[in-house]
Amino acid sequence: MDMGTRGGTSRPDWVGLPGGLLRLRRLLLAFWAVLFAAVTGVVLGLTAGPAWAACGALWLAAAAWGWVLLGRNWRSWRYAERADDLLISRGVLWRAQTVVPYGRMQLVEVTSGPLERRFGLASVQLHTAAAATDAKIPGLVPGEAERLRDRLTELGEARSAGL
Amino acid sequence: MSPAGAEGVGVPEAVGVPGAGVPEAVGGAGAGVPEAVGVPEGVAVAAYERRLHPLTPLLRAWVPIAAVIGMLAQQGDRAEEWITELPVSLRFLVLVALLLVFGTYGLLSWWFTHYAVTATELRIRSGLLFRRTAHIRLDRIQAVDVTRPMLARLAGVAKLRIDVIGTDDKDELAYLAEKDAAALRAELLARAAGFAPAEAVALGEAPERALLRVGPRELVVSLLLSLGVLAAVTGGLLVPVAVWWFSASPWAAAAALLPLLGWAWSSSVGRFLTEYDWTVAESPDGLRLDHGLADRAHETVPPGRVQTVRIVEPLLWRWRGWVRVELAVAGSKNDVLVPVAARAAAYEVIARVLPGVDLAALSFSPAPGAGARWVVPVWWRGYGVAVSEDVFAARRGLLCRRTEIVPHAKVQSVRLTRGPWERLHGVADVHVDTGANGTVTARLRPAPEASALLYAQADRSRTSRATARPDRWMT
Repeated sequence: MDMGTRGGTSRPDWVGLPGGLLRLRRLLLAFWAVLFAAVTGVVLGLTAGPAWAACGALWLAAAAWGWVLLGRNWRSWRYAERADDLLISRGVLWRAQTVVPYGRMQLVEVTSGPLERRFGLASVQLHTAAAATDAKIPGLVPGEAERLRDRLTELGEARSAGL
Repeated sequence: MSPAGAEGVGVPEAVGVPGAGVPEAVGGAGAGVPEAVGVPEGVAVAAYERRLHPLTPLLRAWVPIAAVIGMLAQQGDRAEEWITELPVSLRFLVLVALLLVFGTYGLLSWWFTHYAVTATELRIRSGLLFRRTAHIRLDRIQAVDVTRPMLARLAGVAKLRIDVIGTDDKDELAYLAEKDAAALRAELLARAAGFAPAEAVALGEAPERALLRVGPRELVVSLLLSLGVLAAVTGGLLVPVAVWWFSASPWAAAAALLPLLGWAWSSSVGRFLTEYDWTVAESPDGLRLDHGLADRAHETVPPGRVQTVRIVEPLLWRWRGWVRVELAVAGSKNDVLVPVAARAAAYEVIARVLPGVDLAALSFSPAPGAGARWVVPVWWRGYGVAVSEDVFAARRGLLCRRTEIVPHAKVQSVRLTRGPWERLHGVADVHVDTGANGTVTARLRPAPEASALLYAQADRSRTSRATARPDRWMT
């Protein structure tokens, strides 16, 4: 049972997310930004004149800003498996940190949408008896997600407690 | 996970029409001794199946009647026209057919509903066409309620409801004869506590000791003194008058009046009716709450099931030293422990719910003025947090002060959040989530303290579970 009991109870051993999620999000951002920029440019170019078509570039500027934000948000996501609880930390402006003792876990869920599967991503979500618990780790490699799920389930069983 | 009760049980919804459903079965109100099916009564070892009280179809009939009346009222003229078009004989035939159909259905559904208590669960079998069986695990019982609505009281029957996480309205035994309901409750609680089945039946009602009783005068004064009720009543009277004044249309006033009156009613008279004669008693199988004027309710909360206790102190109550105590139990609708009581008496009751917790000894550390005053002006003074060996407590509110107390053993997860504005002022919020879908928040803590609190709280809630009582509390 001591597999992966990395780090003591006091010092968390943080793990970041793999790059796939960032790539997926940036790709989506670039796709929509280029699409919007093209549509705006064409529509304005035809109706108001070619000078106005440059307004489409605003979308690209916003996308550049979003590009940076996505990076910062992605870097802010991290999790740590401690001996007895799981830590999840996220957010840049609105920072949130969640601690879930393994014994309180009711179920662990691994989900993967079509786009996520294409990029080889899966997310792990923990549910406790409290609906407010928002312990979700997005954008994991499927192997890691499954490992995490199995380990959490095992630890949850070992430390399980009623309500 | 609690596997119980996820699939509901239901005594089927659509039940008889008045007078039709219960022909010979109604042998008088007292004739409701449930029949033993198969095994004779008294042999408690084997689970024998019992039926609900034969008055059940009749008592549940008011739901379809109300629906039909409501429908007719809504259709108004058209329904009237439609009915008068039919010849008298056909009208009579339709009525008889309806009565027959509803009556047979109600009777059959009553006939096919059985319940049985086994060593580990309460099993409710029901359904005429769609059979369903609910298995309610006794060691997961969160609360047991016996309610007697006005009509049921007249008929001498009662509803029994077992709260397990995930049960819904259908998982109740309605109706049972009053003494059967009491006996069944006692048996369920004894078995849930871990007594052997034969012993559980023989034990009967556990002895109880009265802890607190709220007199009607105290209740009325407390309602008059709470600002919410005053606001509701004055609002309910003033707003329609104002609407009438400005719009000069009595119809608009009436439209505004109805929902407001409903609100004023439920928060003043409604509260008085449900909280009338509130009695709290202590017994080995938990805390007993008896209350109600027209509809009597009897709730039992077994030991160790309370997730959160909230102490509410409205502004005007404070000079009288009164508090209201609310509680959260997972899967249960009961949320009041003491409607009004002097602080010391209320604390004594809370001490039964949260054993070993000394509320008077909790010392709340206030929010840091330097940072917090910019995040929540003025009201920052209301926030405070206290942590003892057994509980996590958070306080908020200036006018109406609310203190929420969670035993460490009930904490499901701990969260720390900080928005940009809070970060700028060096404060953070710590949320503690409980199983009753509640969250207790300690707002505006200094950042380093909040971070330490987060980890310490996770550790405490993890370790404190080891010393918690067993689910079968008598074992």
